[in-house]
Amino acid sequence: MMHYLVGDLGHFFVITSFITALATFFSYYKATTTSALDKKEGWLQNGRIGFYLHGISVMGIVVTLFIIISNHYFEYHYAYNHSDKNLPTHYLISTFWNGQEGSFLLWMFWHVVLGIVLIHTNRYWEAPVMAVFALVQAFLASMILGVVLPGIELKIGSSPFILLRDVLADAPIFKAQPDFIPEDGNGLNPLLQNYWMVIHPPTLFLGFASTLIPFSFAIAGLWQKKYSEWVRPALPWAIFSGAILGLGILMGGYWAYETLNFGGYWNWDPVENAVYVPWLILVAAIHTMITYKNSETALKASIILVFAVFILILYSTFLTRSGVLGDASVHSFTDLGLNGQLLLYLGFFTLAAIVFSIVRWKHIPSSEKETSTYSREFWIFIGVTTLCLMGFQVIIPTSIPVWNQIVGLFGGSSSLAPPADQISYYSKFQLWFAVALGLLSAVGQFFWWKKMDKEQLKKELLTPFIITLLVFAGIVQITILQFGGVKNPSYLAIAFAGAFTIVANAKILFSLLKKSPGLSGGAVAHIGIGMMLIGIMFSSGYSKVVSLNNTGMLISKELTEEFNRDNLLLFIHEPRTMAGYDIEYLGERVEPRNKHGYISKNDITPTFNPLKVVAKKDIDYKGKRLYSAKDTFEIYNENTYYEVEFRKNGKTEFVLFPRVQINEQMGNGFVASPDISHAFTKDLYTHVTLPISDEGKEDFEKMEEVRVRMNQEFFANDYVSVLQEINRIFELDGIALAENDVAVKAKILVKGERTDYVAEPTFIIREKLVGRVADHINDLGLRFTLINIHPETNEFTVGIEARQKDWIVLKALEKPYVNLLWLGTLVVMLGFSMAMIRRFREFHLMKKKGLE
Amino acid sequence: MKKSHILIIVVIAVAIGIIVSTAGDASTYVTFDEAYSMATSGNDNSIHVVGELKKDDAGRVVGIQTGADMVSFSFVLVDDNGKEQVVKYKEPMPTDFTKSEKVVVIGKYKGDSFNAEKILLKCPSKYQETELTAGT
Repeated sequence: MMHYLVGDLGHFFVITSFITALATFFSYYKATTTSALDKKEGWLQNGRIGFYLHGISVMGIVVTLFIIISNHYFEYHYAYNHSDKNLPTHYLISTFWNGQEGSFLLWMFWHVVLGIVLIHTNRYWEAPVMAVFALVQAFLASMILGVVLPGIELKIGSSPFILLRDVLADAPIFKAQPDFIPEDGNGLNPLLQNYWMVIHPPTLFLGFASTLIPFSFAIAGLWQKKYSEWVRPALPWAIFSGAILGLGILMGGYWAYETLNFGGYWNWDPVENAVYVPWLILVAAIHTMITYKNSETALKASIILVFAVFILILYSTFLTRSGVLGDASVHSFTDLGLNGQLLLYLGFFTLAAIVFSIVRWKHIPSSEKETSTYSREFWIFIGVTTLCLMGFQVIIPTSIPVWNQIVGLFGGSSSLAPPADQISYYSKFQLWFAVALGLLSAVGQFFWWKKMDKEQLKKELLTPFIITLLVFAGIVQITILQFGGVKNPSYLAIAFAGAFTIVANAKILFSLLKKSPGLSGGAVAHIGIGMMLIGIMFSSGYSKVVSLNNTGMLISKELTEEFNRDNLLLFIHEPRTMAGYDIEYLGERVEPRNKHGYISKNDITPTFNPLKVVAKKDIDYKGKRLYSAKDTFEIYNENTYYEVEFRKNGKTEFVLFPRVQINEQMGNGFVASPDISHAFTKDLYTHVTLPISDEGKEDFEKMEEVRVRMNQEFFANDYVSVLQEINRIFELDGIALAENDVAVKAKILVKGERTDYVAEPTFIIREKLVGRVADHINDLGLRFTLINIHPETNEFTVGIEARQKDWIVLKALEKPYVNLLWLGTLVVMLGFSMAMIRRFREFHLMKKKGLE
Repeated sequence: MKKSHILIIVVIAVAIGIIVSTAGDASTYVTFDEAYSMATSGNDNSIHVVGELKKDDAGRVVGIQTGADMVSFSFVLVDDNGKEQVVKYKEPMPTDFTKSEKVVVIGKYKGDSFNAEKILLKCPSKYQETELTAGT
């Protein structure tokens, strides 16, 4: 049965959210521009009600879409395309932002939340700020409107409530059966079935959404001719935004590092760049705003930068969603035909910002006096300029596809492509910007906290400088001892800059902690940046392959020289040495859906349903009973984990489970995910580059037949085996046998190197025909068949087939001190939070005094 | 001269430097013929070639050859001028490869074969997918 009601309701909410956003804008606009106090209050009231109605509509869209997804209404395209019946609840939630429409919705949702917070905390700025908010919401709502303007046939937006049959209007099935509903959906790409998919997008979109707040305040400031007052309420939100956006970006990096097997955390892909640049400019804006609060300079710069941040967010939205990057990014985006709307969204606010700036430019106060080289403003300014240039350097090559389009528009033809090797191209520039930032954030802090002249500066900097040299010498020493020398002189510069900023800011931090610890957020954040620089230097610069092929034999002649050199072939239960460990491959594992643990593929029997398996014996994991014999349970069937044990001096140090996913949804692609052993000094990053193929597993040698009695030991390819039981069974694969049919199942115990295995071949006589179902012990590469039963001698003929043992090819990398990067990230976040709390307090104090 | 003026001049100089170096480091989109003549004339830069996979009359992709197991493969790419070229890739087939509408290969000629260092795919919009049958 088709569920039309919920979709109609959802569509209704989409339309009301658009209309209420427009109405809210109008009310707040009136409230801003009307001077009569009583009327102003009325419009303000209207605006507030409008925004609440808008909020309710947005929640309505969220709830109806979630009802459609969680009830598996596959007549709706969104549910069909992004979810299926087997997804657990937390992935059903992430289904929500898997599609473009849903991610616009997520963005709108955060704007609503932030808007309500603003309405309740800042009455003074409510009208102009919320007018901007409402207008942005109207643009976003238009993206999911899904209405076709009659007459001109212009489609506005792409609705998440569109029916599958309307999308696939040409599919023959819908012509024959208009009410056809698919049994199951396409599902969420298994690659994205990861907890990061649950938390990364909401964080990133909260970061996106919060950049609107400083932008709205700046617009409101210019609009209301309160050129400088907007900074105070906007600053804590700018810091909030910097923290959340930064966190979101780094979560993406960590996700890539931990799951996606790029071998690193950052790839300078256009999609990554598109959020990195706004973040840099946001950090620059925070610095100029703080400078303004202290010394009344840099107001114009603050306005321009705050505008630039939001416009860059819109630009990155355009880049990533319009399909313009199609030929330049590995992330493929679907083009929803929203290009015109996206461009309008970007163009409108860019124009608004420019017009406001030009009209009001002359009135914005600025200090005319020349800043001294020994003033803090000067150093902040250099730092901000560096940040802007750093962003500029990234945005220019990232925009090459846009440039080509523009040239095309004017009838020309540009065949420029982004640099072929993105990582080395961007790194070689960004590295030196990072060095400059490290040095500036060290020196700048001294200027910030004290009045400086030449003599004073020398005195202040001497001790940190000497300590830095000692730390630097230590880092160089570690480099030489651990990695046999410095790989690249530029790494020394990074190490020095990182060490200098840590030491200098630590000195500032200690002196601040005594007096006013609340002010130390900046110092803490800068220490974090220094740690990140050193972490990046070590983990990227000195990452090395440790899985060197030390056997002297090629893995395969058909593979490249490099592959043969950097990968290790591991046969099951045949230990090898690597990176100071004895490593041993222990076999293929699967993960159950409802319990945590890894289960050997030998211990389960597949069923007709690929998700469901039956336990062959009691299954334990880490001493805990997961399932008893004959239990039926569900597994993640796309994923195979390869258990690899790492030992030192005979003692198990750790066990890793690198994963391979056969991604059916993506043309049976082969997707490897790493497993990482974390230690403070280095991560060991392993992934399976090549497992034994399915054909390889069927490549048996000629069958050998043995005649055995019950409980008699025999050899199966050198493994001691015993025929333990023969049982008559009455059903086969869940189907009961007919009365005259006979089936018996043997239980053969095979003693492996590490554990015992069970094979259960079946012998059937059905309608007087003999049938045999062999059983395969994957790990040992042995297949047993019960060939015949000899009641006269109480003997059984068992067929044994052997093949090459299971193997994997493993690649392992050492990522030294990568934890310093993650730790540094957390320290930066801590610094941001401290600064944010301080600025919110400041804002509240002023509000209490009735000044805001 | 004021310090701020010097600063502005430095900033402009760096910005121009960035743009010039970007233009210098940028790769280009070319056809196979152009790429071949570049390679034979000693230009060692990696370039981008945009094309489509070779398909038979029924629309099936033809010409894909998998190397040893899954680690490398080669395929036939038809560029915008209709020239067919065998492209070798040292990594497993990217997900969604055969479904792609357009393929961008980044790499260079080595002798008569084109070696791709990276492959980018442009996948068809989900709205064009019409392969839905009662079975699914």
